[in-house]
Amino acid sequence: MTTEAFIYDAIRTPRGKGKHSGALHEVKPVSLLSGLLQALQQRNNLDTELVDDIVMGCVTPVGDQGADIAKTAALAAGWADDVAGVTLNRFCASGAEAVNLAAMKVRSGWEHLVVAGGIESMSRVPMGSDGGAWAMDPRTALDTDFVPQGIGADLIATLNGFSREDVDRFALHSQQKAAAAWQRGAFANSIVPVRDQNGLPILEHDELVRPDTSIAGLAALAPAFEFIGDLGFDQVTRTRYPQVEKIRHLHTAGNSSGIVDGAAALLLGSEAIGTRLGLQPRARVLATAVVGTDPTIMLTGPAPATRKALKLAGLSVDDIDLFEVNEAFASVVMHFQRKLGVPDEKVNVNGGAIAMGHPLGATGAMLIGTLLDELEARQLRRGLVTLCVGGGMGIATVIERV
Amino acid sequence: MKNAIQIEKDSDNIVHLILDNPNGSANVMDADFQASLAHTVQQLQEQDFAGIIVRSAKKTFFAGGDLNSLYRVGKAEAGALFEQCESLKANLRWLETRGKPVVACINGAALGGGWELALACHQRIVIDDRTIKLGLPEVTLGLLPGGGGCVRLPRLLGIQTSLPYLLEGKQFSPKKALDKGLVHQLAANEAEMLEAARTFILANPACQQPWDVKGYRMPGGTPASPKLAQVLMAAPAMLKQKTRGCLPAPEAILATVVEGAQVNFDTATRIESRYFVELATGQIAKNMIGTFWSGLNAIKAGASLPDAELAKGITEPVGKVAVLGAGMMGAGIAYACAMKGCEVVLKDVSLEAAEHGKAYTEKSLRKRVAKGRSTEEKAAQILQRIHPTEDVRDLAGCGLVIEAVFEKRELKAQVTRETEAQIGADTIFASNTSTLPITGLAQASARPPNFIGLHFFSPAEKMPLVEIICGEQTSDETLARAFNFVLQIGKTPIIVNDSRGFFTSRVFGTYTNEGIAMLGEGVSPAAIENGAALAGFPVGPLAVSDEVSLILMGKIRSQTIADLQVNGETLSAHPADAIIDRMLEEGRAGKLAGGGFYDYPEDGPKHLWPGLGARFGNASTQPSLEDIKDRLLFIMAIESVRCLQENILRSVRDANIGSIFGIGYPPWTGGVLQFINQYGVRAFCQRAEALAEQYGERFTPPAMLVEYAEADRRFSD
Repeated sequence: MTTEAFIYDAIRTPRGKGKHSGALHEVKPVSLLSGLLQALQQRNNLDTELVDDIVMGCVTPVGDQGADIAKTAALAAGWADDVAGVTLNRFCASGAEAVNLAAMKVRSGWEHLVVAGGIESMSRVPMGSDGGAWAMDPRTALDTDFVPQGIGADLIATLNGFSREDVDRFALHSQQKAAAAWQRGAFANSIVPVRDQNGLPILEHDELVRPDTSIAGLAALAPAFEFIGDLGFDQVTRTRYPQVEKIRHLHTAGNSSGIVDGAAALLLGSEAIGTRLGLQPRARVLATAVVGTDPTIMLTGPAPATRKALKLAGLSVDDIDLFEVNEAFASVVMHFQRKLGVPDEKVNVNGGAIAMGHPLGATGAMLIGTLLDELEARQLRRGLVTLCVGGGMGIATVIERV
Repeated sequence: MKNAIQIEKDSDNIVHLILDNPNGSANVMDADFQASLAHTVQQLQEQDFAGIIVRSAKKTFFAGGDLNSLYRVGKAEAGALFEQCESLKANLRWLETRGKPVVACINGAALGGGWELALACHQRIVIDDRTIKLGLPEVTLGLLPGGGGCVRLPRLLGIQTSLPYLLEGKQFSPKKALDKGLVHQLAANEAEMLEAARTFILANPACQQPWDVKGYRMPGGTPASPKLAQVLMAAPAMLKQKTRGCLPAPEAILATVVEGAQVNFDTATRIESRYFVELATGQIAKNMIGTFWSGLNAIKAGASLPDAELAKGITEPVGKVAVLGAGMMGAGIAYACAMKGCEVVLKDVSLEAAEHGKAYTEKSLRKRVAKGRSTEEKAAQILQRIHPTEDVRDLAGCGLVIEAVFEKRELKAQVTRETEAQIGADTIFASNTSTLPITGLAQASARPPNFIGLHFFSPAEKMPLVEIICGEQTSDETLARAFNFVLQIGKTPIIVNDSRGFFTSRVFGTYTNEGIAMLGEGVSPAAIENGAALAGFPVGPLAVSDEVSLILMGKIRSQTIADLQVNGETLSAHPADAIIDRMLEEGRAGKLAGGGFYDYPEDGPKHLWPGLGARFGNASTQPSLEDIKDRLLFIMAIESVRCLQENILRSVRDANIGSIFGIGYPPWTGGVLQFINQYGVRAFCQRAEALAEQYGERFTPPAMLVEYAEADRRFSD
């Protein structure tokens, strides 16, 4: 019988606006992550020598985030020298991939206690600063019909007939749900405020949420991807979507995920290690999945990833009580719901990245924590986290409370 | 090896490398040149000298690559071509890194390889003559500058500034070159140029290229710099918008430049050679060289004439032209002729109508002046050459008459008779009909040997092609004179035999009909238009039908049916007919009528008429993009084979050039018949049979095609 992988704890930093004026811009990425590791250690009274590995997602692992920040942060946090650390990059799914990989490590029986999560300081290391052949090498971009994600989001909306009002309304709901969740303390158990070396608080709540968002305010925002679409990217999609005469550019800064700084960490382990350390398991990881789909539309991976993970878990869509579908763009979640017939009341019940932001490498891990908190709060059993991923990939994680 | 570079040393110890191709009138990068260059470098290695002057013994400096041999080089010779490229560039590199000043004295055109040779020199001096053309036109023939142009130009100007020269093959004058920092000095004449070179060498005994100086930084930054990275991320998409993925050369150039900018000079050179070899041995460069170089040159040399010598013997240009009918075509033709120096009598039924036709030129010239493309003075000269009139007597003294009245037989006949009464016995009478057979129109003429078709394309002042149609009685001399006239007004002539729709209109009709037929099958209208664009057509079949007008398309069909009836023949129905009729019933006759397949809102760009889906359905299974593209490319090629089979087409090259210059067949194919060659005649035949099975008998390969496929024969002259 395979060793089961349990989640013992899940914490995250609040998310700061990902720009120079954002609250977390002054915090070095390594400090953001090491602070969180220290909190994890203290909350669980952890003997860090027992941790086999730290797996951290980071999408732009260069500069301040370069050179295996997982291990560097462990050293900076004063964790035992014994602990290994690895940084991985699966674009926007990096945080989820870190958790999935940790679960696999535990299920393999070869490791027993693993920390998983992610980090992204988008104000410090802007998106795209790692270059990469897909976008930056002309031969590769030409051969593979590369377009930026926003074009894909607008293409999904065009193909599905979503209107600007549809996507704006989705965004409004995200804001309203996030504001309500913060108000009732839905994240209280998981948020670890970011403090300076004197213990003074720097940020205690998600900075981006706008409770006063209105439909009129959202409607006034300019389409974010029309300009680059007109530059030529819209036309690149014609080879794969010849039936589209013109892409309607509906996504704006208001109905797309926010650019933020933040980090997340989960503690995963076997049943045996939990017993030994006196830790209470909160959930088990039932299944994980990754898929690849058309890279040009890029953002339709969540539905097939979900199907694949559910099949592995022997479950159906109806067996899942709550879903967290990363709000990279409004159309991504709307398309997912339409594809799988998932009702609104099961999806992103506490808002999502449109309201709170999407710290690329950390988001997947944050969503797993958020989902677990809410399953507990509602006394529900199973949840599924899924994200669209660069390159047309999709990822899913199915968890079940114990 | 025949020596192509003479080496001389002058009293200042300066070595003169005098480029002097022993095989032709211009210097080219052929085998002899390459061997001569290697030999030169070998000799110089053992010598002491103060500097080098590179100059030409020909009228031009250097014409560029040896296209004839590049056309023949195949995939099997890739290794040899790569070595050849590398060794040529190693020799140029030796010259520029020897530490001694090297000066290019550019006395005439330096294009392609010639300009690359100049770029390898430390100092470029050009004679200040605005007719001298400089630049890298390789891309227009499906190639890239493989002699270091993609390495040196970005290092000289920066990536962003250099790309237009490389991607568009833009040519420039010496003055512009000086402004842009592409050359260092202008000289009034050859002597002054040589003196300037000598002065430079003596003043700069040690010389390095900017990119070899320690601490060199690429202007505008490398691809790693964030600002340029932003631009470069969009560059492939911007490029694809233009090439539709059909043209490998611009794509390879962009890749070569960006990849080369990230490595050292010698590595960049190697990257350039690899991309060059890929293009040069690839099919599309063959298509483009074959048609735009060999084919076009042959046409201009008179290869399509029954007697080229006859045309060469007629040296006097047409001084005065008459254009009958000042509608859109007549006005455009008058403008085209006046632009090239002809006096034009523009006649219509009323002076007012004729003046209206002249106003077209005036309006267009005013725009050109406003945009800085012409001067007030030039515009006035052109305009003065157009003489509007309503008086038929003003036609006297014209060397050539072009009739451009409505496409009505009766009217044309009347105009012919009325005109012939005024003009000289040797004046050519040309009809600009686009569909009506010339032999029939010539029945109204008292002098059928002088009667010919000159089919211009709209807008006549811009479109480069004129289709010359020989009637049954048209004389060789009339043809030769008409041919010369077309060259005289700067257009490209193709010659075809008479029939309904001739070559271009007939084949063009298959394109629009095929697109409209697809619509009738329930194919997504956007997919039809996108399919055409992605195959490389400049305008989709639905959009262009709107431009032509569905009324006209309907009229041509009715006229054809009526004409055939006279001979007891019938026109077989095309699936597009019913769709056109339905559109006309719905009052959607095209752009001029306010809407057709497209809507034309006043406040925005045109878009497909949303009503199409409801009228013609949206089939549940849509054809593949490949099928859409192939149907358009194939039907035109098949119809062209029929034209060849029926002796309407007189040469393969005229078919190829005519299809691209006149009716928008994609340039990457090398033309309608070359498309078949490059697809493989047998494979084409099989694919045509498959299309016939699925989409209709019109795709059935004509007998000639089957015959060629069986004999494994290509279409060539």
